[in-house]
Amino acid sequence: MTGFLRQVAVIAAKDLRAELRTKEAINGSLAFSLVILLLFSFAFDPTGDTTREISGGLLWIVFAFAGTLILNRSFARELPNDCLDALIAAPISGAALFLGKAIANYVLLLAMELISLPVFGIFYNVRWTGQFPELMLVLLLGTWALTVLGTMTSALTVNIRLREVMLPLLTYPVLVPALMGAMQLTMALIAGKPIDADNVMWLKMLIGFDVIYTAVSLVLVETVLVG
Amino acid sequence: MFDKSRWRDYLLHLFGAAVIVILARDINLIARLPQDVNQGAIFKIIFFHVPMAVTAMTAAAVAFVASVLFLITRDFRYDALAVAVTEVGLAFLAGNLITGSIWGHIIWGQWWAWDARLTSALVCWILYASYLMLRRAVEEPTQRATFAAVWSIFSFIDVPIVIFSIKWWRTQHPQPVFWGGGSFPHDWLVVFLWNMLAMVLLAIVMTTVRVRQENAQRELDSLRRTAHAM
Repeated sequence: MTGFLRQVAVIAAKDLRAELRTKEAINGSLAFSLVILLLFSFAFDPTGDTTREISGGLLWIVFAFAGTLILNRSFARELPNDCLDALIAAPISGAALFLGKAIANYVLLLAMELISLPVFGIFYNVRWTGQFPELMLVLLLGTWALTVLGTMTSALTVNIRLREVMLPLLTYPVLVPALMGAMQLTMALIAGKPIDADNVMWLKMLIGFDVIYTAVSLVLVETVLVG
Repeated sequence: MFDKSRWRDYLLHLFGAAVIVILARDINLIARLPQDVNQGAIFKIIFFHVPMAVTAMTAAAVAFVASVLFLITRDFRYDALAVAVTEVGLAFLAGNLITGSIWGHIIWGQWWAWDARLTSALVCWILYASYLMLRRAVEEPTQRATFAAVWSIFSFIDVPIVIFSIKWWRTQHPQPVFWGGGSFPHDWLVVFLWNMLAMVLLAIVMTTVRVRQENAQRELDSLRRTAHAM
């Protein structure tokens, strides 16, 4: 088991190191999230009260859209020089490779989100720090759902036609329940409502979603990578 | 001489003929039934609306089982079944959405409402449509079958979560007539069950035809590859 964890850590560290040297995915993703935040201000009156009410939902659309830029690169990065074949041939399990890559993606996605969040708060005049720990919990759970599905679709689509189109096309429909839960909770938290009996269901659903899809992905990823 | 494939042909034709006879009889019976007190003639759309939903859900379950069996056995006949039954299920779910929309237009005065059941059905439709998109994007047959099977499993697991989570919105859909405490006269129930049978049989016939197409396609492809190799 410790061997497995060490392999996971090696893969995650490798991906993060490669990303920190080029910064191609995180920069693209950040710039994209700012552009979407800007575009939303034209679509919805950014000073209106109604916009503030739905802003938690908008935020997750930004995260999901900008996140695909990071997720798309995850396995595609390994294509030049046949690195993917080398990784698959390496004496580590597909699950370790998947988990390592997922953790690297998770860190990058969270970084993008934590930078976007204050910008969003300033642009839309939203006081999002009121229930900071709860908001972070929702962010961690929602982002893990996006990460796990996105990393799996990244592995699925790495060698197929229309890779950039297929990843969001596959990810978003399956992600619907998790996104809904994250949106509902974020909207409630930004509106100053606590997580109580009304929306604790969403929290449980998010946790369940994360656990189920992490487990299924770990079981099936070997099949996807090796065939 | 006992010819297996010809015998299968006869059976398929027999099923197809049965579907046509039962459907013709059902439509005749449904047309003769008295109108509903509250909703009028449009209520009768339930005789098609609900069986289509049930058939689509059954198709999703069959696709799931076929996908799991493909991953275990690597037998391409299971892959053919998975894609065939998914396509047919998608068609039935589309029929379910369309009949529901027509009913909503008359009773609610709007074609669409973001109600729990409608939204769930739509999300499931998109889920399985993306499965078919994935298939089109993968060229290599073994890879296509494997990826599609994995995605079918992912989608099927999502269905209950989608239904459960969307339920947390206020629901506008009428409660199910059969389990929701509604009353449905006995002779109506009989017609309903007959039509359910018709829909399921129709789905089986359509799936069988599609499976044959898939199998024929695979044989053609492998012959073409052999020809290329020579």
